[in-house]
Amino acid sequence: MSKATTNVDFRKVDVDQYEEEKYEDDAVVDDGVTGPNDAEVQALIAKGRLADALQTVLSTPPIASKNPAVKDKAAQVVMKVLTAFKAADIDGAIKNLDQNKLDVLMKYIYRGFEMSSEGNGAQLLVWHDKVFAVTGLGSIVRVLTDRRRV
Amino acid sequence: MSLYSFGLDPVSCHAWNKDRTQIAISPNNTEVHIYQKSGKEWTKIHELTQHSGRITGIDWAPISNRIVTCASDRNAYVWTLKDRVWKPTLVLLRINRAATCVKWSPLENKFALGSGARIISVCYFEKENDWWLSKHIKKPIRSTVLSLDWHPNNILLAAGSSDFQCRVFSGYIKDIEEKPGPTAWGSKMPFGEMLLEQGDDGGWVHSVCFSPSGNSLAWVSHSSTILVTDAANKKTVTQLKTEYLPLLAVLYLNETEIVAAGHDCCPYQFSYMGPDSLKYIGKIDLPKQNSKVNMSAMQHFRNLDKRATTENENTDLETLHQNSISQLCIVEGDRSKVTKFSSVGLDGDMVIWDFKH
Repeated sequence: MSKATTNVDFRKVDVDQYEEEKYEDDAVVDDGVTGPNDAEVQALIAKGRLADALQTVLSTPPIASKNPAVKDKAAQVVMKVLTAFKAADIDGAIKNLDQNKLDVLMKYIYRGFEMSSEGNGAQLLVWHDKVFAVTGLGSIVRVLTDRRRV
Repeated sequence: MSLYSFGLDPVSCHAWNKDRTQIAISPNNTEVHIYQKSGKEWTKIHELTQHSGRITGIDWAPISNRIVTCASDRNAYVWTLKDRVWKPTLVLLRINRAATCVKWSPLENKFALGSGARIISVCYFEKENDWWLSKHIKKPIRSTVLSLDWHPNNILLAAGSSDFQCRVFSGYIKDIEEKPGPTAWGSKMPFGEMLLEQGDDGGWVHSVCFSPSGNSLAWVSHSSTILVTDAANKKTVTQLKTEYLPLLAVLYLNETEIVAAGHDCCPYQFSYMGPDSLKYIGKIDLPKQNSKVNMSAMQHFRNLDKRATTENENTDLETLHQNSISQLCIVEGDRSKVTKFSSVGLDGDMVIWDFKH
């Protein structure tokens, strides 16, 4: 057989660009939300007001931003807050979150899994377990289907 | 409630005849099987085999006794019973992708068909040439139409699509009907006019259903949410994020009670009382009380021998359905007061549920 049959470069061609009626995902409009204020959150963590820090970071997620750097920075801040928590305090903090914030928290937990820095794994799994106990499978499905990614 | 198993193959879709003595189902292949009720059993009496692609939708018009079927072979047929045999009539759809869902209108003079060609075909019968013609609704649908439901006024049509939007269109065909009066959804209704477009965060809209009066519209999305739009209250949308797996089918049982079912294999009841008042009421399937009988020594040994474990692990689900429920249908009662509804699922079972108001 000739060498040409082993050539799989054709798989790298993007044929969808030639489709006239291609679906453009333009539903997410950039509304300028750039994520939580790093200094403010650091101050709250230093003071030990972790539940407040959690509320702050979850109320301004940059989900509409098209800039990946903004999203990365926000994710780092959230990771700092999540790892600062002691296991026993997590339940109390989750109780004060409403449905929307819980969904955003679940998105950040999965973002944390993606970023996979060494120390975080175990703590993130504890968070995942506790949030799942409250919200069930629905919030995990919403992490997967929601196009406004965190 | 009663359960009947149609075999091991998933039931993709089903439809009942007028007095509920016959049911048309498709066992996930290119055929439609019609079963007749005899006592507690169902016997197959007809097989409709015209399609060459997998059947995706069946609807049975109760008064005119016609069945419309659509399949992934880009065709739809309207079947009429002549001399106790079902005879198909081809419908000219002019679509170039698979059909996904089909529904007769309340007066049965036309039907709507959704397809992967991003088009809704509203089809009506033309006497001169003895065939079914279609008119297309194209804009602004941007992806496959997954579900359809007609408004009780026979004109408005709700469509759920995989571009994450739920829309209401006018399906008014001036050749066969008179101009409709204004409704809560709008007053100008030329064919193809879009009266509502509403999406949520990003789930495909699996199923849509108008309330019995037609004033509100419920739909379920793949993001595990159920949403209701209220035309009587300025088309405000109320959303309820559920903690379950995505729901695939939704049905109104009366003006305020909604039942929805999906990948959790269990029908759930919701209640919509007005804007911002959409609540989860409970499961309609009450789990079997697993009687924990003390296992005899023989049972222990048998388990150890077969499965290398002494635990009695029952792998069945607690719900009646053992796999996702794909469709819900009214069995008894009219739209405004449903007393029985049926569900079919990927496990090949059909369950009839009772509902008390």
